[in-house]
Amino acid sequence: MSASTSQAAIPSLFRTCPSTGLKVHDHAERLIRAHAVVATVMLLVGGIAALLVLLTRWQAIHLLDAVWFYRILTVHGMNMLIFFIIFFEMAVLLFAGPILLNCRMPAVKTAWGAFGLMVLGMLLVQWTMWTGQADVLFTSYVPLQAHSNFYLGVILFAVGTLITTGIFFATLVVAKREKTYEGSVPLVTFGALTAAIIAVITLLHGAAIYIPTWFWSMGMMEVDAQVYRMVWWGLGHSSQQINVAAMVSIWYLLATLTVGGVVLNQKVSRIAFVLYILFISMASAHHLLVDPGMGSAWKVWNTSYFMYMAVLASMIHGFTVPAGVEMGMRLRGFTQGFFGWLKRAPWGDPGFSSLVLSVVVFGFVGGITGVTFGTEQINIIAHNTLRIPGHFHATVVSGTAMAFMGLTWYVIPLIFRKRIAFYPLVKIQPYLFAFGMLLFSLAMTFAGTFGAPRRLWDMTYSGAPFDVQYSPAMDIIIAVMAIGGLMGIVGGGIYILATVWSVFFGKPLPEGKEAEYVGSIPLGLIRRPWTETPATDEDPEAPGRFGAVPGTVFLVAIFFVAFVVYYFANWALLSFTWQVG
Amino acid sequence: MYENGIQSPKGVWWKPAHRAEKVWIAIAFGWCMVLFAMMPIWHLRGGQNVSGIRHKVEAADFRERTNEFIAAYQVGEDRGMPIVEPPPGSDIYLLGMMWQWRPILRLQEGAEYILHLSSVDVNHGFNLHPFNINFQVVPGYDYGLRITPTEAGEFRIVCNEFCGVGHHMMVGRVEVVSAEESRWGGNASGGDGGDPNGQAGGDQ
Ligand code: HEM
Ligand SMILES: [Cu+2]
Ligand SMILES: [Cu+2]
Repeated sequence: MSASTSQAAIPSLFRTCPSTGLKVHDHAERLIRAHAVVATVMLLVGGIAALLVLLTRWQAIHLLDAVWFYRILTVHGMNMLIFFIIFFEMAVLLFAGPILLNCRMPAVKTAWGAFGLMVLGMLLVQWTMWTGQADVLFTSYVPLQAHSNFYLGVILFAVGTLITTGIFFATLVVAKREKTYEGSVPLVTFGALTAAIIAVITLLHGAAIYIPTWFWSMGMMEVDAQVYRMVWWGLGHSSQQINVAAMVSIWYLLATLTVGGVVLNQKVSRIAFVLYILFISMASAHHLLVDPGMGSAWKVWNTSYFMYMAVLASMIHGFTVPAGVEMGMRLRGFTQGFFGWLKRAPWGDPGFSSLVLSVVVFGFVGGITGVTFGTEQINIIAHNTLRIPGHFHATVVSGTAMAFMGLTWYVIPLIFRKRIAFYPLVKIQPYLFAFGMLLFSLAMTFAGTFGAPRRLWDMTYSGAPFDVQYSPAMDIIIAVMAIGGLMGIVGGGIYILATVWSVFFGKPLPEGKEAEYVGSIPLGLIRRPWTETPATDEDPEAPGRFGAVPGTVFLVAIFFVAFVVYYFANWALLSFTWQVG
Repeated sequence: MYENGIQSPKGVWWKPAHRAEKVWIAIAFGWCMVLFAMMPIWHLRGGQNVSGIRHKVEAADFRERTNEFIAAYQVGEDRGMPIVEPPPGSDIYLLGMMWQWRPILRLQEGAEYILHLSSVDVNHGFNLHPFNINFQVVPGYDYGLRITPTEAGEFRIVCNEFCGVGHHMMVGRVEVVSAEESRWGGNASGGDGGDPNGQAGGDQ
């Protein structure tokens, strides 16, 4: 179909979604469904692996043997971090493109081909992992070697991802040309665009490392261990930046859908997104801070992403997202005091609670620990300890995955046109998942402070020539970690149960009848706060002398103090150890 | 007039930010500069850094150097692993391999050494237990770190980079003794303790 075909000529392909008033493209919807279903299956497999790994690290149970522990840990890392996250992100791109921009889906067949390639690559990786031909963990540090099909699978998966990302760019061009929107793209689409640009850069790093490694695995060339680590993390960390950009876009989206949150200032939010792109290629450094291959000048410069400009970006979003919620609520008349807007917020809407918990845990735990551990010298007391998985379960799990889950409660009614099964359970799901992962992450960072290694089958070191004693508190810390992890797994289980049940056996949601289904779809879909942003040029009244969003000012002040205290406490901790350098 | 996140802003959206937003950005920017400055400052003032002396090295050469080092300063053996007591100020070697740290080091409290780390097979992780000092040990690279043990005692080196199924068995030993107990008698140039095969330490 040529790009000039007018929309009017192909009306059957469009359906106006009555709740958003957006035109919805059937092809885009089907693709979104396919990606979302596979993402959920990946989450299920990764979640079962999480349970097995957790019950093994919990020394009191120590479930798996060494071989299966590392095998299942590889399965957990690949299925969660690569397959679940990326399939979901492709669905987000398909939503932020054709659906938000009201436009037709270009290159439909290619998009299905790309999806097929991703599935094929994924299956190849699964096969090598489950048959014990890829016991190398998801980082696959050379010279640990997996079967060549493991690397080939990753390459195929990445090619599929690259094509879908390309189609997203094509969508923007189509929408622009066919004038399906006026003005600039919405902020959520802009954020998704930054995620997509970062994805391209990331995948180029991926090609630069996986293709040579694939040849290496077939004995055709050499790969240097340090160069591998550097280029691999150009992929591995940049992809976390895709997650962050996608997550922040979803924050803005959920703020809009749940409470009619507004964008305080388009310029500020968009510049913050652009900051993510600019310095992304420096992202591998903070994984290499205690590596022998690079000098300190390189480490300092790169680990800070050009003097912490990406951190600045996240701190900006950390302000503007809650501020947008606060302003949206105040505009609707919730102007009482500093926190009237928070008190009156829809805490029973799983989209809203997921948003808040995602912002809070990502910021307070994930963000603060990440910046601290990524400091050149402080990394000496963090590298490869449990502090690291403690950090990233607070970012990519309680942050990104939590946001994805929150969005799902809107996607099911909007895209799948189904009511949500087990809705009362779904209302507590975000709390269970977030508090579980919070406990889990905090316990891991504590355990790591005492030196407990990550990726370790046996903390009693059975069979080692010398004994290793930990602080007696360690057993308790690990038990807390296990309990938190189990809570998180129950939360994840409810998510999977409710989504699968809703999608495959759920009751339909007749169009335009949302109001009749209070109690089985999120409140936001009934109140539809995004359809009626109050039209005023005056900011609503707010107490105190802190401007229009005093509640947010108060919250970020607490955040800032926590950040400063944790950061300098770690310098103090470092200064007590042996002199080294 | 505010748009929400899914509305296309019409016209010019390049407008001045709220004051609270500006103040927060200024504070955040200032904090980022502090974060950045702390690293160079610690290089000048701090005792824990990662600079090191860094070279590429062939696995065979590093193994050779380690063996020479062991031959020169061995003072005993524990479970088949040589115990080595080098003079303060010297270059000392620790080789990581699946799944052991070789050799056992006996160091003197308060003395500085240059600790060379490398691997002859896959990546390993140097974790000095219980101080929680961590470095990556990469095959093909020699990481020379100046270290000064600050207290006497028995310590462990735990591998904390996955290196295969025996990863959890990869535990090494470091012993730090006071200057009086040291065969070098607290003297770096060590005139009297020079016999490489001396019995100053013996078996543990
Ligand atoms: C309820 C949920 C989860 C639990 C209980 C859980 C538990 C664990 C545990 C126990 C480890 C092993 C830590 C170690 O020994 O080093 C681990 C590693 C990891 N997890 Fe999770 N996890 C969960 C969800 C997730 C999710 C949703 C993601 C990604 C989106 C994720 C990504 C990872 C990664 C990348 C690793 C590191 C694997 C490696 O070191 O090779 N996890 N997780
Ligand atoms: Cu090892
Ligand atoms: Cu190891």
